[in-house]
Amino acid sequence: MKLSILLVAALSIVSVSNAQKFFTKTGKISFDATAPKSPENIDGVNKNSICVIDTKTGDIQFSVLMKGFEFERALMMEHFNENYVESDKFNKTTFKGTITNNESINYSKDGVYPAKVKGKLDMHGQSKDLETEGKIIVKAGKVEVSANFIAQFDDFKIVIPQLVADKVAKFAKIVVDCTLDPLAK
Amino acid sequence: MKYSNLYFLGILLMLLVSTGVKAQDKDLLDLVDTDKPKKEVVKNAFKSIRVINGHSMEFLSPGTMDFRILHRFGQMNIPNTFGGFDQASMRIGLDFGVTRYLQFGFGRSTFKKEYDGYIKLAPVRQSTGHHAFPATIALVGGITLNSLPYADLTIHNYFSSRLAYYGQMIIGRKFSEGITLQVTPTIVHNNIVPLASQPNDIYAVGFGGRLKMSKRTAFTWDYFYVINGLQKDANNVPLNYNPLSIGVDIETGGHVFQLHVSNSAGMNERAFITETTGNWEKFDVRFGFNLSRIFQISHKK
Repeated sequence: MKLSILLVAALSIVSVSNAQKFFTKTGKISFDATAPKSPENIDGVNKNSICVIDTKTGDIQFSVLMKGFEFERALMMEHFNENYVESDKFNKTTFKGTITNNESINYSKDGVYPAKVKGKLDMHGQSKDLETEGKIIVKAGKVEVSANFIAQFDDFKIVIPQLVADKVAKFAKIVVDCTLDPLAK
Repeated sequence: MKYSNLYFLGILLMLLVSTGVKAQDKDLLDLVDTDKPKKEVVKNAFKSIRVINGHSMEFLSPGTMDFRILHRFGQMNIPNTFGGFDQASMRIGLDFGVTRYLQFGFGRSTFKKEYDGYIKLAPVRQSTGHHAFPATIALVGGITLNSLPYADLTIHNYFSSRLAYYGQMIIGRKFSEGITLQVTPTIVHNNIVPLASQPNDIYAVGFGGRLKMSKRTAFTWDYFYVINGLQKDANNVPLNYNPLSIGVDIETGGHVFQLHVSNSAGMNERAFITETTGNWEKFDVRFGFNLSRIFQISHKK
């Protein structure tokens, strides 16, 4: 009886230290698709992005609700959702990848670590391999992830009509800025 | 079965469960993305706040202003008028989105030099997710002011005789990305009518719909069945008809163009419900357009 309790306790301890994960539900992901000579800025920000990192395996995943992007102008938000990313059909964009140089990052020691990430970006019903470099900043028990990369609209079958080509670029510069807390359990 | 066996089984089970968790670790998002879908108002049931003539179930986004210029040309079947383009009647208007459930606007039409204003309120809007609702129900209250000189100066004219009111309920549903339909029971009250035989309160039921043809274009139609307000002259010739408009919405990014043909020249509820003089059967129809441009007037942050 006692032995089994001990065993179970030991097991659960092992699994806790095994799965050292960090997460956030309030990550910031913004994009800028302003064409060079556009009179107005075509940009949006999502402040409720979900990000999870498994520090053991280096797995890193993001999930962003497309309707959660905020814009300076309400009409831009409507057009973004209705005409470009079709949020009713494709409500989420996800990224699932791994930090390829994970072993060189010490998550228990404060510092700024360069990180290489490789994975798949799923957006607008299309999947695309993505490789980018970013930073992982460990500070006071939290993990900050920052990166930027470019997504070509062609790759995701997002059509920019000629009519707005002077305002909307053919690609988006995407900036990721998330601060992750330890995930309990 | 001995107790020790039971314990063994238990531990085995624990191990199995913990490896099960390991296997699921691949999808880290499942660990945290547990939120149920939030309530979300269904947007873009129509491209614009008017189907063509009548109010649509759509609302302006909060903090935006819709600048609308409406034109109705002359009847196409009048000879030597270039299909009616020789004459035009217009309405210029501003509409404001206050909240997702409240909107108001006003305008001025050349026909009868008439001013109009309204408030539109939605007790419920079609939504998905938590506490979803299948349809939008909106209420519109409006007033019109005829600013022509008084027709008869020999009598004592009251200011109130310039006024008419309308009340409307909009019940609409966006059935799919492509199809939206709505029904709008309406009452129009004229403070004064030309003939004693005419009712002051006119009841009508409007029907409107949209069929999306592509991401940026849609086919629209707008019809009001006037229950008690259709008048006939002494020779039993109808004086007014039920307004029917058929059109196309084109969205260009900054603007929405609503091009249509209609048997009505009026551009407010009083005018098009009680004073539509064209007969579709005789092709007494006019070309017209609504031009809408939305401005952001209040900014977040």
